[in-house]
Amino acid sequence: MSIDYNQKIPNNVGLSDNKTLQRALEHWQPEFINWWQDMGPDGSQNFDVYLRTAVSVDPGGWAHFDYVKMPDYRWGIFLNPAEEGRKVNFGAHKGEAAWQEVPGEYRSNLRRLIVTQGDTEPASVEQQRHLGLTCPSLYDMRNLFQVNVEEGRHLWAMVYLLHAYFGRDGREEAEALLERRSGDADNPRILGAFNERTPDWLSFFMFTYFTDRDGKYQLCSLAESGFDPLARTCKFMLTEEAHHMFVGESGVGRVIQRTCDVMNQLKTDDVAKIRAAGVIDLPTIQRYLNFHFSVTMDLFGADVSSNAATFYNTGLKGRYEETKQDDDHLLSDANYPVLEIADGKLATIQAPYLNAINEKLRDDYVVDAKTGIERWNKIIQKAGIPFKLSAPHKAFNRKIGPLSAAKISPTGNVVSEAEWTHHHLEWLPSVEDRAFVSSLMGRVDQPGKYANWIAPPSRGINNQAIDFEYVRFN
Amino acid sequence: MAANVDGAPSVAILRQHLIDPEICIRCNTCEETCPVNAISHDSRNYVVDVEKCKLCYNCISPCPTGAIDSWRNVHTSEAYSLADQLLWDELPVQLALEEGHTADAEETSTTFPDDVERIAAAATSGQGGVAPPPWSAAHPYVNLYSIQRPTVATVSGNFRLTAEDASSDIRHIVLDFGNASFPVLEGQTIGILAPGVDASGKPHHVRLYSIASPRDGERPHYNNLSLTVKRVTADHDGAPVRGVASNFLCDLKKGDTVQVVGPYGTSFLMPNHPGSKLLMICTGTGSAPMRAMTERRRRKSATGEDGNLTLFFGARTPGELPYFGPLTRLPKEFLDINLAFSRVPDQPRQYVQDLIRARGKDVAGLLRDENTYLYLCGLKSMEKGVDEAFSDICDENGLDWKKLKMELLQHGRYHVETY
Repeated sequence: MSIDYNQKIPNNVGLSDNKTLQRALEHWQPEFINWWQDMGPDGSQNFDVYLRTAVSVDPGGWAHFDYVKMPDYRWGIFLNPAEEGRKVNFGAHKGEAAWQEVPGEYRSNLRRLIVTQGDTEPASVEQQRHLGLTCPSLYDMRNLFQVNVEEGRHLWAMVYLLHAYFGRDGREEAEALLERRSGDADNPRILGAFNERTPDWLSFFMFTYFTDRDGKYQLCSLAESGFDPLARTCKFMLTEEAHHMFVGESGVGRVIQRTCDVMNQLKTDDVAKIRAAGVIDLPTIQRYLNFHFSVTMDLFGADVSSNAATFYNTGLKGRYEETKQDDDHLLSDANYPVLEIADGKLATIQAPYLNAINEKLRDDYVVDAKTGIERWNKIIQKAGIPFKLSAPHKAFNRKIGPLSAAKISPTGNVVSEAEWTHHHLEWLPSVEDRAFVSSLMGRVDQPGKYANWIAPPSRGINNQAIDFEYVRFN
Repeated sequence: MAANVDGAPSVAILRQHLIDPEICIRCNTCEETCPVNAISHDSRNYVVDVEKCKLCYNCISPCPTGAIDSWRNVHTSEAYSLADQLLWDELPVQLALEEGHTADAEETSTTFPDDVERIAAAATSGQGGVAPPPWSAAHPYVNLYSIQRPTVATVSGNFRLTAEDASSDIRHIVLDFGNASFPVLEGQTIGILAPGVDASGKPHHVRLYSIASPRDGERPHYNNLSLTVKRVTADHDGAPVRGVASNFLCDLKKGDTVQVVGPYGTSFLMPNHPGSKLLMICTGTGSAPMRAMTERRRRKSATGEDGNLTLFFGARTPGELPYFGPLTRLPKEFLDINLAFSRVPDQPRQYVQDLIRARGKDVAGLLRDENTYLYLCGLKSMEKGVDEAFSDICDENGLDWKKLKMELLQHGRYHVETY
């Protein structure tokens, strides 16, 4: 299915056949561009960036590479092709034909899901807007901007759904998505993690690894939705999300690689010496990992949640790989283990599965996130260094849900307030850690040159060389 | 599995599609994209089922990492199973495939030194790893001499090929192997061990050079071969640096001796069947294997294994083009020669891809012909331009370059060595 690029808004949804919708979105478009100019990547709107743009949603066409100025990027509306005879695959409506229109009784819940997902997209662009000024290479700068424009496109995807299916309410929500600001005290973004700062590139890589991976799991479960336009939208967004996780996984991996190289050159594991050599010591990387992992844990929502049960039961949001789960897809009689604090200890109890849908998604995520950490450990192992990174316990440092009531160590022990105060600087990045990492951040913008604290990538983007001019300054 | 008439299993070589577990980030895009469900995963690895994969290449461009574009030549009967792949932490090295090779053959005899692996991987990275050789290629000998046990060759000639006023010093160096067994084929490389140690006190890394003479020798029926060596005086960024091995070689005098390892290369080999056509594209010293193949064809022209040679050759100026004189004297009907010069005063800069474009119709004709074999050798920067030129020519002539390239690679008809 080709994308009509002659339209003001590139799309594969036949926008020109629906004049009302087309006008509404054409009205929203300049507001989006204004937002991008205000809150998009700082001081880089005039650069020519070697970006990937979708020219069609089939496999041959969606990875087209060329130099583009970011404000000229063709943000548009792309849905995966419709699946003939698709059904609602779970919940009370299981077996019914998938909905092409919003069922009236689920209108507000569905809107809430779409707004929550949509809000994360511009939020991350805002969080990352200053990073271009301290990029470790042109290659990384290009990857950052690719992530940014695609988050912008994901906003478009959600705004299309709001405009097309939710009338006036939807249009107002679409406006509000451009009005909230990450970290703003009066009008913040909806989810906590999206109001945290992304102050340095290690944070950025951790964010794209851990938090964008949450995006993958959220999109996967929305791609199971009985509301077909949402499912098709999210399916296509997933292909773009993949790049973001790649930036994170390879980015952290390259930081680790460089640190190990320097440790071996200097034959030391002394943090002070490693830092003096201008690279990030492994314990600091572990603390960043702990922080981003735990913040992302909260994004999955409360461990036991009646909202989650409703979303599932009404067919709005499924589980990860719903159709591959070997059960009745109704879950009304099933249980699922969740954690609670009892007698000063973490204990596993069985909760009704429907109420534990968030926990199930969180658990699926943890398995995936840990696999990547093991890949990082391979780098350390290959360098012959006796150090192992690990994911903290999923109850560590939680800010929402019942687990937030206690202090829990990375190994999953409930600790006293005093113990937490005593140890938390070993577990989470301190002000000094962050200041040190910040001190390494300086812009490297010569083709083929990489900052001292990060190894070059093993291969370039789109088979280009690693010294390719990924960004041209004008 | 195909079987020979006598029922014995065939040893057909398959270019097996694999996913590099070190680079893959488990984003699921490939599994989602695959129209025949050939891709699956566990909690660790994504894997490709060799029985199901139809080589449609739909999964290649959506992969954000390039992990999907990984290939290994295997004997059909020894393709990597899903169970194998699920256990991998990294891709296996490319085994040198030998005729009559069996699974229980000693692995040590089929793995190359690390340096050689690394250089070969970099040289073929643009095509996702080595392609199988042409079906009619002669069987190469590889790895006869290891770094621990090199052989010694004697220099029997060392001539400057570039004009005296040219900015580069490119030399034609003839090595004589005396009584040592060193059989080679056109397109293979040999390793040179420069004497001495590097700054950290370790022996210098092995350097690889393409053989510039045909299999029967620079001087036929004497145990010798030639190399084309450019004296390295600057690194990729233009900073001054003295290349250890190239300066050692360029300074050799007749009678000096050199430590040689190898030979290497089981892929970048020429077809030997009558009617096979060669489309050769090179820059600078990338001309070495092209010279070897051209000379082989010239010597064999009486047997029908001749002609059908097309060459696109780029250099800065005519004075810097190795073998310029002899090349231009070859008859046009034997070798269709196209020379591109990028730094001739008062003339527009011309690159090999410009000439390929100018000959678009003829090139498309060659690409359509299943007897055509493509060879690309020279600077890495050329690869992209040539790829785009092929892509444009295909667009104009109703061909799909992405698909065609994969088919060419699959059938051992496209070979790249760039550095």
